[in-house]
Amino acid sequence: MIHMANQIALFFASYPKDEAVAGVADHLQKFWEPRMRKQITEYVAHGGSGLHEYALEAVKRLH
Amino acid sequence: MALIQQTDYGTPKRNSATLVTLEIDGKPVTVPAGTSVMRAAVEVGVQVPKLCASDNLEPFGSCRLCLIEVEGRKGTPASCTTPAEQGMKVRTQSPKLSKLRMGVMELYASDYPREMFESSASGNTEFQQMVTAVGLRDVRYGYSGKNHQSAEKDESNPYFEFDPAKCIVCSRCVRACEEVQGTFALTIDGRGFASAVSAGDKPFLESECVSCGACVQACPTGSLLEKSVIENGQPDRSVVTTCAYCGVGCSFVAELKGDEVVRMTPDKAGKANHGHSCIKGRFAWGYTTHKDRILKPMIRAKFTDPWREVSWEEAIGHAAGEFKRIQAKYGRDSIGGITSSRCSNEETFLVQKMVRAAFGNNNTDTCARVCHSPTGYGMSTTLGTSAGTQDFDSVEAADVIMIIGANPTDAHPVFASHMKRRLREGARLIIIDPRRIDLVKTPHVQADYHLPLLPGTNVAMINSLAHVVVTEGLVDEPYVKERCDLVAFEQWRKFVAQEKNSPEAMEKFTGVPAADVRAAARLYATGGSGAIYYGLGVTEHSQGSTMVMGMCNLAMATGNIGKNGVGINPLRGQNNVQGSCDMGSFPHEYSGYRHVSGTAVRESFEKEWHVPLQSEPGLRIPNMIDAAVDGTFKGIYIQGEDIVQSDPNTQHISAGLAAMECVVVQDLFLNETASYAHVFLPGSSFLEKDGTFTNAERRISRVRKAIEPMAGLADWEATMALSNALGYPMHYNHPSEIMDEIARLTPTFAGVSYEKLDRLGSLQWPCNDKAPEGTPVMHIGGFVRGKGRFMITEFVPTDERVTARFPLILTTGRILSQYNVGAQTRRTPNNTWHDMDVLEIHPSDAEDRGIKEGDLVSLASREGDITLPARISERMQPGVVYTTFHHAMTGANVVTTEFSDWATNCPEYKVTAVQVQLARHMSEWQEQYLETRKQTTRIEKESTAND
Repeated sequence: MIHMANQIALFFASYPKDEAVAGVADHLQKFWEPRMRKQITEYVAHGGSGLHEYALEAVKRLH
Repeated sequence: MALIQQTDYGTPKRNSATLVTLEIDGKPVTVPAGTSVMRAAVEVGVQVPKLCASDNLEPFGSCRLCLIEVEGRKGTPASCTTPAEQGMKVRTQSPKLSKLRMGVMELYASDYPREMFESSASGNTEFQQMVTAVGLRDVRYGYSGKNHQSAEKDESNPYFEFDPAKCIVCSRCVRACEEVQGTFALTIDGRGFASAVSAGDKPFLESECVSCGACVQACPTGSLLEKSVIENGQPDRSVVTTCAYCGVGCSFVAELKGDEVVRMTPDKAGKANHGHSCIKGRFAWGYTTHKDRILKPMIRAKFTDPWREVSWEEAIGHAAGEFKRIQAKYGRDSIGGITSSRCSNEETFLVQKMVRAAFGNNNTDTCARVCHSPTGYGMSTTLGTSAGTQDFDSVEAADVIMIIGANPTDAHPVFASHMKRRLREGARLIIIDPRRIDLVKTPHVQADYHLPLLPGTNVAMINSLAHVVVTEGLVDEPYVKERCDLVAFEQWRKFVAQEKNSPEAMEKFTGVPAADVRAAARLYATGGSGAIYYGLGVTEHSQGSTMVMGMCNLAMATGNIGKNGVGINPLRGQNNVQGSCDMGSFPHEYSGYRHVSGTAVRESFEKEWHVPLQSEPGLRIPNMIDAAVDGTFKGIYIQGEDIVQSDPNTQHISAGLAAMECVVVQDLFLNETASYAHVFLPGSSFLEKDGTFTNAERRISRVRKAIEPMAGLADWEATMALSNALGYPMHYNHPSEIMDEIARLTPTFAGVSYEKLDRLGSLQWPCNDKAPEGTPVMHIGGFVRGKGRFMITEFVPTDERVTARFPLILTTGRILSQYNVGAQTRRTPNNTWHDMDVLEIHPSDAEDRGIKEGDLVSLASREGDITLPARISERMQPGVVYTTFHHAMTGANVVTTEFSDWATNCPEYKVTAVQVQLARHMSEWQEQYLETRKQTTRIEKESTAND
């Protein structure tokens, strides 16, 4: 899951940061099933070690 | 339906805008200039006798049977080679012509098996029809003269035989092999009386012949004839249907005798195949009645128990009860469903409906997940819709054809023949593929550029090509300005223009000389209409979606979308990949690619289905397996898909299934996934049901029931029964009613109905009020999403890296004679050509390891290892090996990894770091597989009154 989130972040990383973080968050919201989003949200809540900076910020924006 | 007799116009249609009017047997007729007199005659209902002519071949003028008289001209020219002219007056019947034709037929008959031409029971060939047409009753010369009647038959091909005794050397077979198929396997050897059809002086089976059947179809004498006709006799009824193999979606005429299929012949009216076929569709249909078919539902408590045959009612009731029990215990989201791209539109629509409405979640997915899901994501993001932009006929207008990560002659053979015709006419060819596929150099076709990149570097390559276009001033600026989002374009232009994206900088990744990349880019951008065709060599990568976007960027920048002869054309692997995606099989979207979170769309489904629906995306196939291993996903309904054999990392898939409490498999055979199932529902083959398939060009074609379902229920009926047992009522009397519901709910299908499909033959979506007869080419005048959106496509090397321990890259794919997991083709004589998977390895890599042709080798990755025989092949580049996944025993996906596309989770089948070394025996997994398979396929037969 960390690997997948980082892959997504690397795709959007070519865009300006705000756009990139929004892109990652939108992708996770649209394509990740709630239990997956819950797992990564919990992981971030525990520090989110190993997550790309943009993925980390994007997960914090998930609802 | 009675046996269909298709009209043969004798010579091909001409498309000249200039028309000429002539008179044939007193009947006026107007035709395009260039049309033959023979064809013009057929237009007014006059059949001129013929043997060497056929409307799918250029006129040849050799049989001398189609002679005519033209007022004011001397002689009796052949009508097939005589062009219609303004004012011409033609006679096709006269005493003189009758005498000439009689004489010609008499000569042919003198060297033809006497019993064949004297007996109508021996076949219904054109030769026999001509005997009747000219009134031949006897041969004045007798039959004892020098002849070919003792010539030996060639029965080497498992599907057809060649009997030289019946051959009149009309060359139709040779011309069909050349003009229709483009293989050039046949020729006429010798001269005069010694002339004979030859497959290169070899038996057919050992020749270059690809068993497409074009020669058999073309033969007017029965010299080349299907063995199934020889064994079973002539068919007496036929049904037009659609092939159940690849994404070309060929139209076929199933010819039957009673309920037995005698042969499948390609349908001339088929708009995807225009009367052509390949070995699979034409001949490999025997699996439908194979002894391995499971025809009774079965259940068992544990997957290690023997199967117990039960009634449909008991099996359905058991499955429904288990699913309800699991949901009550583990929650609503603990179960899901998967369909296959081999299922029809109606079946896949019904399964996803059942998951969303009866299961109450969005855990629905389809096998397009593991093949073309990046196509959907990439094309939707850039262009606005998840489908190829062109029809197949568009290739006839292409000036430059770029093939990326596809091997059409093996995987999409009928379209490959179409493409080869255009290439022989002079279209230029660029091939981007790690392997030297056949199209790189094949008779009368040679690629201008073959860019043999290293697997995993597609995005580096596409960025390099774009870099050349942008930095050398090759952008179609007016096109971009008019049709594309200019902010996104400038962002992209700036990105690809960076030196890091130049062919020179990327050469270290791709391994392709920069000069070749530059030349190919210039050719694509400036060579006229440029068309990109691609396959799974694009999508099955960790950057699959990025690459699809990269191709769309390149096509938009050069103005190569939105007209005939151009486009981005995904070659879909299976017959209904496009359709299964269209039907809302993915967990995040409804039919027509609309996200489940969209309130208005969701409400339209809720209103039609009378049930509240979830607004959150569900689990994808790999997510389902992960969740099963984690213990939160406990039950699954799998229709027609074999995830154990086809999905990556077999051990992980098996572990996921083994962790579930109820696995329901619906299939023709006890496939590998069924080894882990608790309920087996017998599937119905494409011959046993009605429905539709949607091919790679968005063409919706009818599948028509030729025989009754062998297990009693068609697949859609079984799904309906399961849904009803789950408490969500479904009532359809016929699949046409399912299509009506799809049309009501899906704007791009709004104009589709069985009535219209039957009337027009097929329809390409979008089909609605704006395009009532469908849309062959998309994005004309503007993109579906509005302005075309360029996306930045940074190259990110895959995390699957070669090391000293795993120094080679494995890439996988399929071959001509077998199809995907082989469930169908392995149960046909296609095994004659490929009875086991082999590992293709470059001579230098083989030599380094002491490997010789045929040696058993171990193929090991970080995930697992298997053994298989080696084939030394210069098709491979050093450092890259290749195998297929057609045989379960091989277990190719034991080796592949779980790395996947960042956007869609499409597995990275095309890049696995491996080591190859000599081996003495099968791998541990293979030994275990045999044991597991033996244990999990035991069947306790149903008790009967006689027991």
